[in-house]
Amino acid sequence: MAINKNIDRRWIFLLIFFCVALPLIFIVGLPIETTENARLVHDLVQNTPSGSTVIISFDYDPGSKPELHPMAKAVVKNCFQRDIKIMVTALWPMGVQMAADIFSQLEPEFPDKAYGIDYVNMGYKAGGMVTIQAMGKNFREVFPSDVNGTPIKELPILNGVENYNNISFVCSFSAGDPGIKQWVQIVHDTYGKPVTGGVTGVSAPGILPYVNEQKQLNGLLAGLKGAAEYEFLVKSPGTATAGMDAQSLAHLLIIIFIAIGNINYWRNKKNAANAGGE
Amino acid sequence: MKRKLPLIITFCVGIIIIISEFIPHKPFGQISGELEIWFLIISGFAILLGQLSLLKVNFLKIKFKQKNWPFFVVTLVSFAIMVTVGIFWGTESNHGILGNGEGVASLIGSKPFDYLFNNVYQHLSATMFSLLAFFIASAAYRAFIARTVESNLLLIAAVLVMLGNTSLGSFLTGWLPQSLSFLHLPNIAEFIMKYPNTAGQRAIMIGAGLGLIGSSLRIILGIERSYLGGE
Amino acid sequence: MVHFFNILGIWLGALFTFAIFSFLYKDNPFYKIAEQIFVGLSAGYWFVYTIYFILIPNLFTPLTSDFSANWIKLIPAALGVMMLLRLIPSIDWISRFPVALIIGTTSGIYFLRYLKSDVINQLTATMINPFTGGNWVVVIGQLLLVVGTITGVIYFYFSKKHEGAFGVSAKIGIYFLMVSFGAAFGYTAMARISLLIGRLQFLLGDWLGILSP
Repeated sequence: MAINKNIDRRWIFLLIFFCVALPLIFIVGLPIETTENARLVHDLVQNTPSGSTVIISFDYDPGSKPELHPMAKAVVKNCFQRDIKIMVTALWPMGVQMAADIFSQLEPEFPDKAYGIDYVNMGYKAGGMVTIQAMGKNFREVFPSDVNGTPIKELPILNGVENYNNISFVCSFSAGDPGIKQWVQIVHDTYGKPVTGGVTGVSAPGILPYVNEQKQLNGLLAGLKGAAEYEFLVKSPGTATAGMDAQSLAHLLIIIFIAIGNINYWRNKKNAANAGGE
Repeated sequence: MKRKLPLIITFCVGIIIIISEFIPHKPFGQISGELEIWFLIISGFAILLGQLSLLKVNFLKIKFKQKNWPFFVVTLVSFAIMVTVGIFWGTESNHGILGNGEGVASLIGSKPFDYLFNNVYQHLSATMFSLLAFFIASAAYRAFIARTVESNLLLIAAVLVMLGNTSLGSFLTGWLPQSLSFLHLPNIAEFIMKYPNTAGQRAIMIGAGLGLIGSSLRIILGIERSYLGGE
Repeated sequence: MVHFFNILGIWLGALFTFAIFSFLYKDNPFYKIAEQIFVGLSAGYWFVYTIYFILIPNLFTPLTSDFSANWIKLIPAALGVMMLLRLIPSIDWISRFPVALIIGTTSGIYFLRYLKSDVINQLTATMINPFTGGNWVVVIGQLLLVVGTITGVIYFYFSKKHEGAFGVSAKIGIYFLMVSFGAAFGYTAMARISLLIGRLQFLLGDWLGILSP
């Protein structure tokens, strides 16, 4: 069992590589269970009346795409199924392309959804929290036109949308700062509108305190598991579901590494104690 | 003037923003609204400053032939290519100065800016961060040792959360009867995240929040001046 | 021709993926080149998007289309240009004025928002009756939540020496923080593995075509 602590770490890298690659090729299809946080997000979308307008903010870049893209796609799809109108914003510049990619992927499935009527991409704005606050006072001043340069008054979806009062909820897919934290601080805590969304696994523990009795955050999709849960809830398995087997095996391998590391440590300690005693 | 005027600006702007929260009517609400729009525009220039600064640093490294300088030529060339194709033919949704790039797009399938983003940048960015998967596994083997009560707690929480967050966790304890459902690994992971993790993170959040409030007040009142730089 | 460029795009993606992965073996020129291309393209992307999505719609278009209604935007425009003067060392002090405005606005807003969201609302969310909630698991959880938050905050109070009852509370606070950090490690591991899954889905699926769509 003893493994040299100075083992070349490239062997560990190789093991991780195969542990992730093999389950992607040979899918086992282990079960997926949903958590309360994922169900809260789903319930919010399900309970929003058809025809309502929501903001979905793409606050991530390709670096977090594997985690956030599947959940964003599942939520957008769920909104389309419920005839909820979507206004896309991005606090990260690359979020604009991420959103465009999702809408183009969903286009064949929802050919009747028209740009400017059922959804609109407002593009990227810098400024983080200050910009979110400015949107609450006058949305049109921050977004005078959409991503194509079409003036806001020529977009039917935005008729009557002046500020957060005309929005049902905000959903942010966030890889860091600016992101979901700022949306909670302004949109929920200042304007009293529900905020929900998804975050990367790294930021999930730090964002969870907002999911509380005051509903500062209405549920949370955390990492690839959260994305797989939402895919399960909307009965639309995608890349997140396909990745869960690989995730399981990789986690198991990491736990085995931790166990081996500890066994080595205690064995060395015992040997040192014995040597000292002699 | 070089130091006092900026301090006065910071004080006035900060105070107006705070007052407008309590008196959202004219003139405070209007002024703070205008300041927020100005902030957005100035932020745009600040981003340009960041990119120009990067160019300057790289240019100087090349000029003085610092170590590995040829690699910085690659940085400048790729920056120049991205900006040039973006300004000439625009992005997916924007016209460039040479038009909408239909000719080029019909040849390569999308505008050059988007082609570079989709086929080069996107992969570089995603791969760069995925490297950490290998290092975290290696770190788990070398550093996650149960030496004290604290490290034991850290280790046990990590293992339970890792198992509970996968389908494997559901599979391993899925056979437990309903009366023992609290021992089901996904439920244990959810419990840890909802209660002890939230307690710890909330303590950090409150501590950091109080620190940030203190710093903001020190800046507004002119006690903290490091953002002005040296004389 | 489009088909050729599509295939070329996928191969470019695979090539750059391997260039970055080559770092796992050891640092090498292929990795360094890929790294610098990443930096250059990223900076270029931000540059172009800032112009198209901020400066044109929020500054140039309002000024050129209706100057009389938007002349006030000349002020942030001037401040923005002053910001750029930071690049010229002899007059870089001019950039302090726009920086002062940015810092003042941020401080004012952060003061208000963090006070409400991260302090007052978090304290309110902690002040619950832990003995309500249905079953004993929830009651234990809520007790842990209240005790953990209070002792965690006590740990961060460094103006008093951690000894006696105060020291015991701080010690309990550390235990909760350790559980948090452990949970954070678990989630971080999940996040990093997810990114590798994404890469391998591209390599095995889009590039090699082994994975079923």
